[in-house]
Amino acid sequence: MIKVDRLTKKFGGFTAVNEASLEIAAGSITGLIGPNGAGKTTLFNVIAGVHKPSKGHVYLDGEDITGLEPHALFHKGMLRTFQVAHEFFSLSVRENLMMVPDEQPGEALWDVWFNSAKVRDREEQVRIKANEVIEFLEISHVADELAGNLSGGQKKLLELGRTMMVDAKVVFLDEVGAGVNRTLLNTIGDAIIRLNKERGYTFCVIEHDMDFIDKLCDPVIVMAEGSVLAQGTLDEIKANEQVIEAYLGTGLKNRVAS
Amino acid sequence: MENWLNAFALLSNFVIVPAIAYGSQLALGALGVTLVFGILRFSNFAHGDTMSLGTMVVILFTWWFQSMGINLGPLPTALLALPFGIFFCAVFVLLSDRFVYRFYRAKRADPVIYLIASVGIMFITNGIVRFIIGPDDQNFADGERFIIRAREFKEMTGLDQGVTIKLSQGLTFVTMIVVVAALFWFLNRTRSGKSMRAYSDNEDLALLSGINPDKVVAITWIIAAALATIAGTLYGLDKSFKPFTYFQLLLPIFAAAIVGGLGNPLGAIAGGFVIAFSEITITYAYKRFVEYLMPESWEAGGLIQLLSTDYKFAVSFIILLLVLLVRPHGIFKGTGV
Repeated sequence: MIKVDRLTKKFGGFTAVNEASLEIAAGSITGLIGPNGAGKTTLFNVIAGVHKPSKGHVYLDGEDITGLEPHALFHKGMLRTFQVAHEFFSLSVRENLMMVPDEQPGEALWDVWFNSAKVRDREEQVRIKANEVIEFLEISHVADELAGNLSGGQKKLLELGRTMMVDAKVVFLDEVGAGVNRTLLNTIGDAIIRLNKERGYTFCVIEHDMDFIDKLCDPVIVMAEGSVLAQGTLDEIKANEQVIEAYLGTGLKNRVAS
Repeated sequence: MENWLNAFALLSNFVIVPAIAYGSQLALGALGVTLVFGILRFSNFAHGDTMSLGTMVVILFTWWFQSMGINLGPLPTALLALPFGIFFCAVFVLLSDRFVYRFYRAKRADPVIYLIASVGIMFITNGIVRFIIGPDDQNFADGERFIIRAREFKEMTGLDQGVTIKLSQGLTFVTMIVVVAALFWFLNRTRSGKSMRAYSDNEDLALLSGINPDKVVAITWIIAAALATIAGTLYGLDKSFKPFTYFQLLLPIFAAAIVGGLGNPLGAIAGGFVIAFSEITITYAYKRFVEYLMPESWEAGGLIQLLSTDYKFAVSFIILLLVLLVRPHGIFKGTGV
């Protein structure tokens, strides 16, 4: 589904991603792991159109999408979340979700003033959808709260909720679990699995929590120093000498052992 | 008692009524500045000249309508010309965005670069306006002049002191209320308005949602142009139109936007009135006001004027400095300067 072909991203003299090639199969939940500074988030940013790559290509279903703007990628069904949760802080949770679907008639000045019936109908559909998502994520009690007042974990849920407002093909999750407590993490994990099974979303997940990876991801891709080091099931990865070496000093060996 | 009423009438005539009208004009101007700041993230120094450009188009259309004998009876013909002014002004700012600001947006330039670019646009706009209509004063008000004349007021109330309310002042206030209500309805209730607020909250996230940034930017410019043209036309009807005066208006307008909290629409309105009332109360000569209230023997020798009207812009400066020192984010919390 997603094919990354020898992607390189340089910031000045520093090479953050170096000739990384990988593939994400349709319908999979692919994990992307690696030590801090391995270039995972930069890779995400390049795929998601935030940065232009220095070299290399990204394909979505065989179509070259290298360097497209983020909102253009959104049209193609490619969504992402942020490592540090982003939200529209002065809008309510429901409004945050209702913001997501594009091409709503209410965006055109003409329709706003002269075609209110059309605007209202579409808005009603979007509202119903938003309420479903709120129900699904079990955040009804804060639905009308300003998103800026949510806790860190609730913001993460909202991030996930945004991806559910449209029929996404592939969703990139950047550390959805960071700073989230165990219970909430399980909720998020369950939501991801359900979205994958029931709606056929393809996920690519950056995560540091190995239990979380274990529960969700197959296959797992390991990055180190800007390149792809290994790919396989989590057990294969754990047994890979190179990977263990890359993680030395960051404690994967211990985590693998336990 | 009657002296008190006379004193109050005097104050209404020379301070309260003019300050409400002037405050409304500043509020509309500051709303434009604050919207551009909140959504496009830069201080648009060209706003004063955008006002003068829009007003110029309104004047040209007004003259054309007058020559054809079209008028609105007691209301000024300029109201009829207003939509045309807004249209041409919107086209102009959209073109300036297309050829100048869009380039910097694509490069994700620093706000200070936009600011300098807007100074350039300011000079160009200023030049265009002077080239087309000339640097002189233009008077384009027609229709009824007054809502209440001083003589009528005196006959009505039996007071010695008259109160005059010009039609342009009443019109300014009413228009301001209508425009502000429409704008707040738009920002809070419609999808476009919410997109604008969303874009202002978090640009990165907006780009990754179904918000079309080009549309948000275009709508922002159209609204800013509409606000500028309306504010400029009302100011021109109330006083007179002179390109240089509009350029000078930039200071009180920015002071109003900053005092209220840049990026906060409610603050812009409050700021407009704070600046207008300060400017007028500080530069008003209170001699006659005091005469009404004090025994005759206390009659003041001077004008009892705190500051000459020549220094009225200094008032905006002082308020601006005080606010920046004491509350850098403005009265209402804005995004900061």
